[in-house]
Amino acid sequence: MPLDLFTVGEPIADTKAPADVPLPERWNERKFRARLVNPANRRKLSVIVVGTGLAGGSAAATLGEAGYRVKSFWFQDSPRRAHSVAAQGGINAAKNYRNDGDSVHRLFYDTVKGGDFRSRESNSYRLAEVSANIIDQAVAQGVPFAREYGGLLDNRSFGGAQVSRTFYARGQTGQQLLYGAYQALERQIGLGNVETFPRTEMLDLIIVDGRARGIVARDLITGEISSHFADAVVLASGGYGNVFYLSTNAKGSNATAIWRAHKRGAYFANPCYTQIHPTCIPVAGDYQSKLTLMSESLRNDGRVWVPKERGDSRDPRQIPEDERDYFLERKYPAFGNLVPRDIASRQAKNVCDEGRGVGPNGLGVYLDFTDAMQRLGRPAIEAKYGNLFDMYAQITGEDPYETGMRIYPAVHYTMGGLWVDYDLQSNIPGMFVIGEANFSDQGANRLGASALMQGLADGYFVLPNTLANYLADGPFEKVDATHPAAVEAQQAIKDQTAKLLSINGTRTVASFHRELGKLMWDLCGMDRSEESLRKALDRIPELKQEFWTNVKVSGEQGTFNQNLEHAGRVADFIELAELMCVDALHRNESCGGHFRAESQTPEGEALRDDENYAYVAAWEYTPDGAPPVLHREALEYEYIHLAQRSYK
Amino acid sequence: MSRVTSRSSVCHVGRGRTFAAVATVTQQPAQRGAPNTGRFSSSVVKKAVMAVSGIIMILYLIAHMIGNLKAFSGAESFNEYSGWIRTIGEPAVPTQTVLWIIRLVLLASVVAHFWAAYSLWAQARRARPVAYVTKKRVQQSFASRTLRWGGTIILLFIIWHILDLTVGAVNPAGGDTTPYERLIASFSNIPITLFYVVSMLLLGLHLRHGIWSAMQSLGQTNRRRERSVNALAYVVATVLTAGFLLVPLSIAFGLID
Amino acid sequence: MNLTLKVWRQVNPTVKGKMVTYHVTDVSPDMSFLEMLDVLNEQLILDNDDPIAFDHDCREGICGSCGLMINGIAHGPQQTTTCQLHMRSFSDGDVIDIEPWRSGGFPVVKDLVVDRSSFDRIIAVGGYISAPTGTAPEAHSVPVPKQDSDAAFDAATCIDCGACVAACPNGSSMLFTAAKVAHLGLMPQGQPERDTRVLKMVAQQDAENFGGCTNIGECSAVCPKGISMETISRLNHDLLGALRAGAVPAS
Ligand SMILES: Cc1cc2nc3c(=O)[nH]c(=O)nc-3n(C[C@H](O)[C@H](O)[C@H](O)COP(=O)(O)OP(=O)(O)OC[C@H]3O[C@@H](n4cnc5c(N)ncnc54)[C@H](O)[C@@H]3O)c2cc1C
Ligand code: HEM
Ligand code: HEM
Ligand code: SF4
Ligand code: F3S
Ligand code: FES
Repeated sequence: MPLDLFTVGEPIADTKAPADVPLPERWNERKFRARLVNPANRRKLSVIVVGTGLAGGSAAATLGEAGYRVKSFWFQDSPRRAHSVAAQGGINAAKNYRNDGDSVHRLFYDTVKGGDFRSRESNSYRLAEVSANIIDQAVAQGVPFAREYGGLLDNRSFGGAQVSRTFYARGQTGQQLLYGAYQALERQIGLGNVETFPRTEMLDLIIVDGRARGIVARDLITGEISSHFADAVVLASGGYGNVFYLSTNAKGSNATAIWRAHKRGAYFANPCYTQIHPTCIPVAGDYQSKLTLMSESLRNDGRVWVPKERGDSRDPRQIPEDERDYFLERKYPAFGNLVPRDIASRQAKNVCDEGRGVGPNGLGVYLDFTDAMQRLGRPAIEAKYGNLFDMYAQITGEDPYETGMRIYPAVHYTMGGLWVDYDLQSNIPGMFVIGEANFSDQGANRLGASALMQGLADGYFVLPNTLANYLADGPFEKVDATHPAAVEAQQAIKDQTAKLLSINGTRTVASFHRELGKLMWDLCGMDRSEESLRKALDRIPELKQEFWTNVKVSGEQGTFNQNLEHAGRVADFIELAELMCVDALHRNESCGGHFRAESQTPEGEALRDDENYAYVAAWEYTPDGAPPVLHREALEYEYIHLAQRSYK
Repeated sequence: MSRVTSRSSVCHVGRGRTFAAVATVTQQPAQRGAPNTGRFSSSVVKKAVMAVSGIIMILYLIAHMIGNLKAFSGAESFNEYSGWIRTIGEPAVPTQTVLWIIRLVLLASVVAHFWAAYSLWAQARRARPVAYVTKKRVQQSFASRTLRWGGTIILLFIIWHILDLTVGAVNPAGGDTTPYERLIASFSNIPITLFYVVSMLLLGLHLRHGIWSAMQSLGQTNRRRERSVNALAYVVATVLTAGFLLVPLSIAFGLID
Repeated sequence: MNLTLKVWRQVNPTVKGKMVTYHVTDVSPDMSFLEMLDVLNEQLILDNDDPIAFDHDCREGICGSCGLMINGIAHGPQQTTTCQLHMRSFSDGDVIDIEPWRSGGFPVVKDLVVDRSSFDRIIAVGGYISAPTGTAPEAHSVPVPKQDSDAAFDAATCIDCGACVAACPNGSSMLFTAAKVAHLGLMPQGQPERDTRVLKMVAQQDAENFGGCTNIGECSAVCPKGISMETISRLNHDLLGALRAGAVPAS
C-alpha cells in the first residue's frame, strides 16, 4: 500500500478478555475478576450516557437502577424516538424454544461466520451467551412479543441462519424493545436517578489527565453550548450510515459524537464495513430524502426474482413462471431467499447491472408473495406483515397484495465504529462505546436481528459490569467548566459554529450531503475497487474544501437552528467518508459487507485474504491533515475453523 | 440545559437534579402544576360523576315520562297521579317525604352533573390556549358537539320548567291551579311549546351521545358491546324524546284539552 | 403540481406567531409531505430566509417525531403520520394550511415544533413495569394468552406523536395515556402495578395542562396507529376499579 494515505503504528491487543480460560467461561471469569463498587459509593459516581437507543437507553436505566448518578443526552425530543424504534424484523436469542438444534454455540458460530470471520471470538460468544437473558428481561418489562395460541413465544427464521431463533413483535420489534428500555429509563428519571438532557447534541469529548471526563454539548433549543462532567462517558450514539445521504437511518442519525471522540484520540475501527440491506423500497426521484427498509423477515415468505429476459417491461403478473429467474434460489439452494444480506444485495445489484432490473429506472427486483398467499391465505400474510405492506402501499402507491413488491438494496447498518476492548472501553480510559457506535461484535457483516441483540446485551448486561470495574478507581478529581481542557473544547466548538455561520456561500448543506452520498454510493458502495476508491479520495478533499468555503448555513447560533445542526453533521460525514475510503482501499480483500472488485472467487463471491487481513483495522486520527495511523489488532480463531463462507 | 425547573425538587416527577457545574436556567417551564391528589380532582372521576348523575336523571325521566302520559287519560287521572307522588309511603312517612327524597337526589344529581361539566369545560379551555386557524372535524358527531351548549339550555329549561309546572310562578294560568290546568295553559301557548320542543330535541341529542358516553366513562364499553350500547343509546334517547313531546304537541294541536 | 402553503411561523415561545404564505412549484406526487417542505426550505435558505422548523426523524412512520396540522386535520387527510403522507393526496392549485399541534401541554418551540416532554413525564410517573435489569424470570415461565398479547400489542403501537391531543376538541391526551395503560394492564407482568399506574398517569396528565376526555372520538379517528376508543374505556374501568379497591390517588 502506498504510504501517503496512512502510516502504520503499533499493533494493539484486546487484553481484557480472559484468554487463559476456555471461551464459554470467559465472560463469567471477566465478571468475577472485575472489581465492584459498593452500593453506598455508587451515589458518588456519575456517568454521562450519550444516546437513548437500545444501547444507551438500557444502559442508562440499568446504571440508574444500580445507583449511579446518570446524565442522559439525546438529540430528539423524547428518548423513545431513538432510531432503534425503527427496527422491524426481530431479535435473535439462543433459547432453542423450537428444539431445532439451536444453542449458544450455534448462535456464536453463525455470528462469526455471518461476520465473515472478522469479529472477535470472545465478544461474539458473550453476545450469544447473554442473548437469552435479553428476552427474559424484555418479557418482564411487558414487551408484547408475538405469541402462539398456547401462550408461549413465537419465533421466526432470519437471513444467515437455518434455525428459528428470532423473536419478534409483528414488524415493530425495535419499537417494542425500545419502549421497554425507555420505560425503564423513564422510571429512573421519575425516581430522580437519571438527569435528562433532551434535544442536546454532544459536540466534543473532554479529556482530563488522560481520562474521558465530560462532553461539550449544544442545547438545540436555546443554542447554548456548555460542558458536562462525570466520572465516565458512555457513547451510544448509533451508526453512521447517513454518510451515504440516502440510507435507512433516521434523518438525524449522525457520526458527530463518535467522530469528534475520534478526533480526540479514540481509534475508529473498520470504518469501511457498511451493510447494504437487500430489501428496501427503490429510489423514486431526486427529492428523495431517505430510503425505507422492508423488513428482512419478508424474505421468509417472499420470493425474489427478475425476468429472465433483459428489458422485459411486462406487468409482473403477466410474466409466466418459466420466464422468471428466482436467482437466489437458483444460486443458493440451501439458503435460498434467506442468504445473508451482503450476498442477497450483491446478487440483486448484479441482475440489475445485467439489465434485468425492474421498475421505472431498472433498479429493482421483485419480492413476490403469490405463493405464500396461496399457501397461507391472505389473512395469515396480513397478520405477519400487514404493517409492512401498508407502509409499502403508502410510499409507492401500489398494492403489494396484488402485485408483490419492488425492492432494491440500500445502506442500512455500519459494522465499523469506535474501537473498544472486551470491556467495551475505547482506548481513551473512561470512555465506553456501546451499540452500533462501537465496532465490536458483528465482524464484516451483521446477521439480521443481531443489532438489537447487541445493543441490549451491551446496555443491560455487559457495560454495567465492566463500567463498575473502571469506576472502582473513582470518584476522580472534581472537574468543572473552568478546567483548561473544558475551556479549550468549548471554545473550539464555539469557533466552529461561528465559522459555519459566517461562510454564507451559495450552496445549501443538503446539497453537499447529497453530493457526498452519491459519491460514496457510487465509489465506496456495494462494490469498491482501487480505481473507484482513489477517485473518491481525490474528490472528497475537494468537497471538503468547497464545503468550508461555500456552504450557506442560515440563522443564528443562539436559537433553535436545524440547518446549523445539519451543517455540523455533514462536516463530520465528509471527514469520516475519507477515512472510510482509506480503510476500504487498504483492505485489499473482500469480506462481508466490504466487497473489493479485485478480490472475488470465480463465481463472484467475496474472497477473503486471511493471511494478510485477519485483523481489525483501528485508525488513529492525526491532526493537521496528516495521514491517519493504522493500528492492527490481530484476530485469532481458536474455536472456529476459518473457512470460505458458503451458503450454497 | 436540562429542562429542569425549580419545581422539580418538590415534585417526584421532576427530571432529576441539576448539578451545580452545569445548571443553567431554562427557557420553558417543564411542568405546570404538580399533580393534584384529591380523588375528585381527577378528570376521569369527574366524568364518572357525570355519568352516574346522568343515569340517575335518566331513570327519573323515564318515570316522569310515563307519568306525563297520564295526561291522555284526562284531568282527573293526571291530577290523581300528581297527588299520588306526594302521598307515596303514607302513612308510614309524612306527606311528600318520598317526593322530597326524589327532589333532593335530583338536585344533587343536577348540581354534581353541572359541576363536573363545568370543571371539565374549564380544563379543556386551559388545554388549548391558542386556537387553530383551521380545524376540521373528522368523525365527531353533532350530538357530541352540542353536549355543552345543549346541557346549558337543558339547565335553563329545568329552571323554567319547575317555575312553570311545579310552582306555577311563570305559568299563564298562575300558581293556584291544578297541575293539569297548568299543563294545558302552558302548551296552549305557542312560544312556550316551541321552547319545550327545542329543549326536548336537545335533550334527545344529549342523551343519544350521553348514554354511550356514560358507558364509556364507566369503562363498560368495548368492541363487542359497541353495537348494543349504541343501539341502547338510540332507543332510550328516541323513546324519551318522543314520549315527552307527545303531551305538549297533543295539547298544542288540541288533541287534549 | 403547484401549491400555496400557509404556514404558522413563530420565532420562539414568547413571540406571537402568524400564518405566512409560500408558493411551491413542481411538486411531484411521489414526494412525501416532508420532502415537499425540504424543497421549500432549501429555497428559503438560498433566499436568505429562515427555513421552517419542523420535527422529523425516522421518516418511516414509527418514531412519532413528525406531526403537523394540515388543513385542520392532524397529520393531514390520510390516517397516517405526516412523513408517510404523500403529495398524491393533494391536487394542483391546492391551498394547504400548516399549523403546529396546539395544546397547553405542548408549548410551541419554534414554527411547527412543539415540546412534547409532557408525554415523557406521564410515562415517568408510572408508565412502566418495574423490572430492574437482571431480576427477570425465564421468559416462558408466564404464558400469555395470544389474545391478550395481541390486544396489548395493538395498544402498544402508539408512537407518542401527539395527534390525538392535537385533534381533541378538549386538548386531551387521554388516548395516549389509555394506550399505555391498556398495553401494560393487559400483560400478566403488569398486574401488580396496575392500580397505582393508572392513578398516577391520569393525575400527571391532568397536571400537564391537557384537557379531560369527554368521549368525543376525534383522537382515535386521526391516530396514525389506529389506537381504539376501547383503550379509553379500559383506562376508565381500571381507574374506577383502583379507587374502589381502595388505592390512594397519586401523591
Ligand atoms: C430501518 C431499520 C431496521 C432495522 N431492523 C433491525 C432488526 O430487525 N433487527 C436488528 O437486530 N437490527 C435492526 N436494525 C439495526 C438496529 O436497529 C440498530 O443497529 C440499533 O437499534 C442501534 O441502536 P443504538 O442504541 O446503537 O443506536 P440508536 O438507536 O440509533 O440511538 C442513537 C441515540 O444516540 C443519540 N445521539 C446520536 N448522536 C448524538 C449526539 N451527537 N449527541 C447526543 N445524542 C446523540 C440519539 O438521540 C439516540 O438516542 C435496523 C435498523 C434500521 C435503520
Ligand atoms: C315536555 C315534556 C314534559 C312535561 C309535559 C312535563 C310535565 C311536568 C309536570 C306537569 C310537572 C309537575 C308535576 C307536579 O307538580 O305534580 C313536572 C315536574 C317536573 N319535571 Fe317535567 N315535564 C316534561 C319534561 C321534563 C324534563 C325533560 C325534565 C328534566 C330534564 C323534567 C323535570 C321535571 C322536574 C324536575 C319536575 C319537578 C318535580 C317535583 O319536584 O315535583 N320534566 N313536569
Ligand atoms: C343540568 C343541565 C345539564 C348540563 C349542563 C349537562 C351537561 C353535560 C355535558 C357538558 C356533558 C358531557 C360533556 C362532558 O363530559 O364534559 C353531559 C353528559 C351527559 N349528560 Fe348532561 N347535562 C345536563 C343535564 C342532563 C340531564 C338532564 C341528563 C339526563 C337526563 C343528562 C345526561 C347526561 C349523560 C348520561 C351524560 C354522559 C356522561 C358521561 O359521558 O360520562 N344530562 N352533560
Ligand atoms: S394514541 Fe395515536 S395519535 Fe395519540 S400519540 Fe399515540 S399514536 Fe399518536
Ligand atoms: S377526542 Fe378527546 S374527548 Fe376523548 S375521546 Fe378523544 S380524547
Ligand atoms: S418522522 Fe418518524 S414518524 Fe414521521
